[in-house]
Formats: sequence, C-alpha cells, structure tokens
Amino acid sequence: MKIGFYPGCSLTGSSREYNESVVAIAKVLEIELVEINDWNCCGATAAHSMNEELSLSLPARIMALAEKQGLTDVVVPCAACYNRLKMTQHELEDDLKRSRIKEILDMPYQGNVKIINVLQLLQQYGIDNLKAKISQPFAHKVACYYGCLLVRPHAILKFDRVEDPQSMDEMIRAIGGSTMDWAFKTECCGGGFSVSRTDLVAKLSGNILKDAADRGAEAIIVACPMCQSNLDMRRGAINKVLNSQIDIPVIYITQAIGLAMGIGAKELGLKRHFVTVEL
Amino acid sequence: MRCYQCGKCTAGCVLASDMNYPPSYLMRLLQTGTKDNYEKILSSNSIWLCLNCENCVGRCPMEIDIPKMMDYLRTQAIAYDKLHPDSKPIIAFHQSFLDSIKYTGRLYEMGLIAAFKARTFRLTQDLAIAPSMYLKGKLHLLPEKIKDRRGMKRIFAQTIENVKTKNV
Repeated sequence: MKIGFYPGCSLTGSSREYNESVVAIAKVLEIELVEINDWNCCGATAAHSMNEELSLSLPARIMALAEKQGLTDVVVPCAACYNRLKMTQHELEDDLKRSRIKEILDMPYQGNVKIINVLQLLQQYGIDNLKAKISQPFAHKVACYYGCLLVRPHAILKFDRVEDPQSMDEMIRAIGGSTMDWAFKTECCGGGFSVSRTDLVAKLSGNILKDAADRGAEAIIVACPMCQSNLDMRRGAINKVLNSQIDIPVIYITQAIGLAMGIGAKELGLKRHFVTVEL
Repeated sequence: MRCYQCGKCTAGCVLASDMNYPPSYLMRLLQTGTKDNYEKILSSNSIWLCLNCENCVGRCPMEIDIPKMMDYLRTQAIAYDKLHPDSKPIIAFHQSFLDSIKYTGRLYEMGLIAAFKARTFRLTQDLAIAPSMYLKGKLHLLPEKIKDRRGMKRIFAQTIENVKTKNV
C-alpha cells in the first residue's frame, strides 16, 4: 500500500514523536508514505483568524503540490492540518473562490485529492489486518480523547460520530485494551491558546484530565498534536489549577498501536513526553 | 439571520463564561442591526476568545456557522481598530506564527516564541519548559525552509498584505 503523506509543522518539531510512531507502524504495516515535496504550513488557527484568502491559499498550495506529484490519497496525522485541508477543499468547491485562489497560487488545482486522517488510514488498512500484527496486547484501560478538529464540523468532515465518536475506541479494543465512556471525549483542550492564554488551556485541559482520572484511566489516547501538547507539556499549569498531582500519560494512538506491535518505546518517541510514560 | 435564541451554542461553548457576550447573546446583538451593537461586538473579547472548536455550529438547529462568523468579525475588528485588550496576546501570537510561514514556508517554533515574547514583553514565560523541550528533541535551533519561498511571499503579498482583500 502506497499513500501520500503530509506531516505538517508540528510533526517535524514539538510533536516529532507522533511522526516517529506513524512512520514506525507504517513500516510494520508495509504502508509506503510518500511525503509531499516542498510542503508548507497549513496556516492553522493564525491564518483563518487573520485573513480568509490566506487561510485558503496555504492548504490549497499543499494540495496542488500533491496533485502535481500524482498523489490521489494523502494521509494527514495532525488533526488541525487535516481539518484545514478538508475545510479548504470544501470552500474551494465554490467556482469563484477556486479561481481566485488559483490566481493567487499561480498553480493548477483540481481539488480531487482524498484527504484522510490517521484513523481512516488504519480503517482502510483493515482492523482485522491490524490485529494480525499485534504481538503484545495493549492491556490497559484508557480514555480515548478525540478533541474538536478530528470530528467537527461533521457536515464537512463526515468522519465518525460527532458527539460520541468510536473509531479510536474500536482500535484500542482491537489491540487488546479497554475503553471507557466519559464526558470530555470531544471537548476543546484550548487548542492554539497554549502560548497566548496558558491560563485558559490549563482550565479547559484540566476539566478533561480530571474526568479521565476520576474514571480510572491509565492513559489518555489522542490523535492531535495540540491536544497532546496541551495535556502533556502543560501538565504543570493544569495540576496547579486542579490543585492535584495527576500523572496520567497522554499518548498518540499510533504509539499505543506501536507498543502492541512490540516496537520499542524509544523508536515510538515515548521518551519525548513531559509526563513519564510507563505502559 | 435565522437565530431564534435557543441558547444551545452558549450551553456548549467551553469559554462562554470568560466572554463579555456568550455566542447566543452576540447573535442577538447582531440581529438588532444597530451600529452601536456592532461596535460592542467588535470591541468585545468574545470574538478573540472563540477557539473555533466548532461545537456551536454542530449543535445549532439552524446550522449557523458561528466560528466562520467569528473569523469575519476578527478581521473587521482589526480593520476598524476596535481591539479588546484580551486580543493583544492572541493577535501577537498569530502575527508571530504567520511571520514564520511567510519567511520560511513552515512554522519555526523557536522563532515563534522569540517573536511572541518580543511583541508581548512576556520575557520570562515558559523559560522552565523551553530547555526540556530542546533536550527532548522537540525544538529545532534553525528553521526548516521550503524551496519556493518566493511563492510563499507572493501568497502573503496577494492576501493578508493586500489592502483590497482585507474584508473591509
């Protein structure tokens, strides 16, 4: 299996362990990831907060490059990038907007590249096929945390159930773990306010962490670099707000799968987290 | 506007209690159509605290795209220079983020933090976290640059730096 790959900026920097675990499990699954040449940043929250045309041009350039490279399907592990690319594709179905953005880019753009997230890639690969690669069952009780951008807005992303998504839960059960019903599956962690309003991130992420802790989660499983870094890197600020010492680790779904495949903690980037991972 | 004030957006908004006006109140202010109320909205912190988590639009029975409206209102607030003090660190972060993309094509996290500190004078913020981020291999000392940086500058010149398209 061969598929286009857009890592995005976080995966090359502050969330490189997500990239490492995606690459490590892709190798075991014999999925060849073909990186988009000369890719740029998707613009994230900054672009759409400041200028609409900029927020459409940046993702459009990425998809135009994928088209040029002949990639028909592209996997985007970062939930924020995935969301921006899908939203742009949707906005550019409008003829006027599309021709304006093509003029800005000065590149051809068809808009027919299929953009998928990492959970969809694993679903395409097949949960039963994934099960066949498991050597050390991930026997832990965890809270699967989807956040916002992976599942909303449902009308455009059309992925999973919007209020109570299940795809990650199904994967965890497939690799030998157990999941739980909890109240903060899709509540916002504070997203891009990590630096500008750390106080709000601590409050929102604190609510999420506390509920997972109260229900006895051994780990929180995520598929978004912003969710991961807010719940992990901001743990000090969160524990201060909660007046507690919650030490539940926050790991990527790809790291959990990697562990179940018997891949080493170091190769999966599990040593790069702020909250120590002992699973 | 089709809003009938059911309040679902406000009920689901994680930052409603931190906003000057929660989303449904803001919708009502817009419906009145008066200049005074529009100015109230533009100079409120609500439009800057919105995280675009998309919860409201998913639950709105009239499918009103409030997050997209917030994007528009933010550009209006900048254009009319009606900025709530709460917007300052948020805009400083966005500008620092976009500068990095403009010059390198990608996000250079070290540069982003430095530029943010310079813009906000928050010099001591996160000093405890940065060294461990570096030791964990999470920060690049030097930026990664794309090849087509000229193309990137052209995109910026034709969008955010082009006065005609500033949505005014």
